[in-house]
Amino acid sequence: MTENTPPVEIRGLVKTFGQTRALDGLDLTVRPGEVHGFLGPNGAGKSTTIRVLLGLLRADSGTARLLGGDPWRDATELHRRLAYVPGDVTLWPNLSGGEVIDLLGRMRGGTNPRRRAELLERFELDPRKKGRAYSKGNRQKVGLIAALASDAELLLLDEPTSGLDPLMEEVFQECIREERRDGRTVLLSSHILSEVEALCDRVTIIRNGAAVESGTLDELRHLTRTSIHAELAAPPDGLPLPGAHDVHIDGTTIRFEVDTTRLDEALRQLTEIGVRSLTSRPPTLEELFLRHYKDELAEVSK
Amino acid sequence: MSGANRGARGGVPPQRARLSALVGTGGLVRLILRRDRFLLPAWVIVLALIPMGFVGATDSLYPEAADRLQYAATTGTNPTFLALYGPLYDTSLGAIIAQRSGFIPVVVGIISALMVVRHTRTEEEAGRRELLGATVTGRGSGLAAALIVTMAANLVLALLLAGGLAAQGLPFVGSLALGLQLAAAGCLFGAVAGVTAQLSEGAGAARGIALASLGAAFAVRMAADVGGAGNGLSWLGWVSPFGWINRLRAFGGERWWTLALVVALIAVLVAAAAALQSRRDVGAGILPPSLGPAAASARLSGPFGLGWRLQSRPLYGWLAGFAALGVIYGALAKGIKDMVEDNPELEEIFTKIGGESGITDAYFASVMSMLGLIVAAYAVSAALRLRTEESGQRAEPLLATATGRLRWASSHLVFALLGPAVALAVAGGAAGLTHGLNAGDVGGELPRVLGAAMAQLPAVWLVAAIALALFGLAPRLTAGGAWAAVGLFALITMFGPSLDLGARVMDVSPFTHIPKIGQDFAVMPLVWLAALAAVLAVLGMAGFRRRDLAMH
Repeated sequence: MTENTPPVEIRGLVKTFGQTRALDGLDLTVRPGEVHGFLGPNGAGKSTTIRVLLGLLRADSGTARLLGGDPWRDATELHRRLAYVPGDVTLWPNLSGGEVIDLLGRMRGGTNPRRRAELLERFELDPRKKGRAYSKGNRQKVGLIAALASDAELLLLDEPTSGLDPLMEEVFQECIREERRDGRTVLLSSHILSEVEALCDRVTIIRNGAAVESGTLDELRHLTRTSIHAELAAPPDGLPLPGAHDVHIDGTTIRFEVDTTRLDEALRQLTEIGVRSLTSRPPTLEELFLRHYKDELAEVSK
Repeated sequence: MSGANRGARGGVPPQRARLSALVGTGGLVRLILRRDRFLLPAWVIVLALIPMGFVGATDSLYPEAADRLQYAATTGTNPTFLALYGPLYDTSLGAIIAQRSGFIPVVVGIISALMVVRHTRTEEEAGRRELLGATVTGRGSGLAAALIVTMAANLVLALLLAGGLAAQGLPFVGSLALGLQLAAAGCLFGAVAGVTAQLSEGAGAARGIALASLGAAFAVRMAADVGGAGNGLSWLGWVSPFGWINRLRAFGGERWWTLALVVALIAVLVAAAAALQSRRDVGAGILPPSLGPAAASARLSGPFGLGWRLQSRPLYGWLAGFAALGVIYGALAKGIKDMVEDNPELEEIFTKIGGESGITDAYFASVMSMLGLIVAAYAVSAALRLRTEESGQRAEPLLATATGRLRWASSHLVFALLGPAVALAVAGGAAGLTHGLNAGDVGGELPRVLGAAMAQLPAVWLVAAIALALFGLAPRLTAGGAWAAVGLFALITMFGPSLDLGARVMDVSPFTHIPKIGQDFAVMPLVWLAALAAVLAVLGMAGFRRRDLAMH
């Protein structure tokens, strides 16, 4: 694998379970050294994608390349170079957390003992408790520490922070920033949009097993709408606002969203009436995400 | 909430509070009945049918009063029978049946204890209790529902058995007493499990403590009875609840007051369980959870280390059981010979199952098939670990490391394939040694009996290989299919000869093809069975390499 080979490259991936088409022509590229956010509603196919990358599921068609290899055929070899955290870490009831961390580390090819000790402290995990005694959040910590204590070049994280409290979420975000600084690549599937906004260089949003958006957050924002809130000199009745949506007028106050590509035109119209005050806000990731999600809800209600 | 409200709540009289702990019990009873709608009737009916079946068989073996006197003087007071089944209190047909049913209370006790743990601590450990606890159910309702259903099932068993025996012409009073003996053991050890379920956070420990106390009670009863009536240790019978149950003397001049002892103990245990339950948090145990090591030892470094960690303890448990079983099989051999020599019909039965050679050989041939079946059950349980690890999502993180699928599967396969070899060696060795000591010929008997046990191995492997093939090719059917195979082979092997099933049906069971002790030793059937097992195992592993891993 050369310096610039994408650690994850998926083209037209299809995976069906009986009648269900879990992945339906998915494209996904993760570039070296980036933290890539992988977003989508429940059942969109995020976990299926990650399990195909891990060689646990076999794709029906399309191509998937992982670290320059075939994730199904070369699974064992490739796994030496990656670490995985599932969204629901299940532990053996009679093994302690420390034993599981060591076991997974050794099976991957070694753990860095200093890093392990440091992570135990930062995540405030008691490694002596048995698997059945851990809460959901603490089980996730076991999985996270096992993955982060490794020297893997690629981290596949499938909703890794489910059940963590906000303080631990903060620790997790610090750890991921350190991983990026060390040049590791991270594929982070998540529901927590603030987490993705804070950590990710690029984002792919998937729906019904296919990617609907992919790019940097700035690029995605550019493709969508900006919210405008303005106080005008006169009531804006009858104003033609090209590209505007959800227009609310209350006397001289106007609120609307406008396609970012047509922001210029809309502002020109406003300034013609006279602007007393104006706030504009780029769309949050949440709005981006909800827009795709709402489309789906609309389709369902049709 | 207003202060007045809070005051009102604080003022609930203690009696109401105690009753409110049982709110929702009815709903939970229905939930248990729904979940166990096949299992519960199955064990109740089967355990009622077994003693009923003894009536016809015993009557035809010992039709005359003189035959029964002879039985009482020989087999009925043979130390092995006394230890296993307890004393014989009379020479009537009913009393002989009561003695032969002497081990069934142990089985009823085990099933009842497992059932109570299954519906209390197992639910709690899995977190399902919490889900229900948030609805309108009192904190004591789960325990109450489990005990109610278990005890009601035991009483139904008692009535079924009493009716079934009386319908075959036995005195009703004795029939009822025998039924209540079984029910008493079931209710008692159900209540014991109700207490042990409060002690630990894990269902495994709750089961272990309950079954260990059952084993101890049985061991004390064995020690009391092995020396025959009036021996120096018979007072021990009053120490063990199994002794109280036996001393109810079904068909032998019933002493009903011994039941009062059992009922009193049940009441104490239920009260203790309720008190412990009300004192602890949902999910917590009374015993503090033990801590494990902070780091893994060097042995726990890969799939085989983990496989050993997960499978070795159950294997030790099975091996202890097999050693005990071997000793019992070996010890019974001499008594069987005495018994059969008095009874031509029994002789015919044994030669039917075991061949025409000597009675002892015939006996060993038949118990070795049974041993093989039990070892096959162990092999299946070890192989099924593959599936439970997979569907419990615990295989996934391991297979996401540099461990290939075959290596991971092998870590459990070792136990499914080599575990049975060790188990057969232990049971066969124990049986051979015990019988050898009894017969005064250890050098001659030990290798013969051990060999007869080891000869079962290819058939056991075939059963394990069926489980593997299902795991690789039809994973959803693994557990059901593998246990169905064990059940089918058990039916054919144990009841086939007495039902005169044709050779074609008999040939379905691999245990039919194992050469019998005392007959010419044929190697080819063993080779065929082993080869077939190998083919199935390879197919299963090839299938597993190619298929998707189970998802949530």
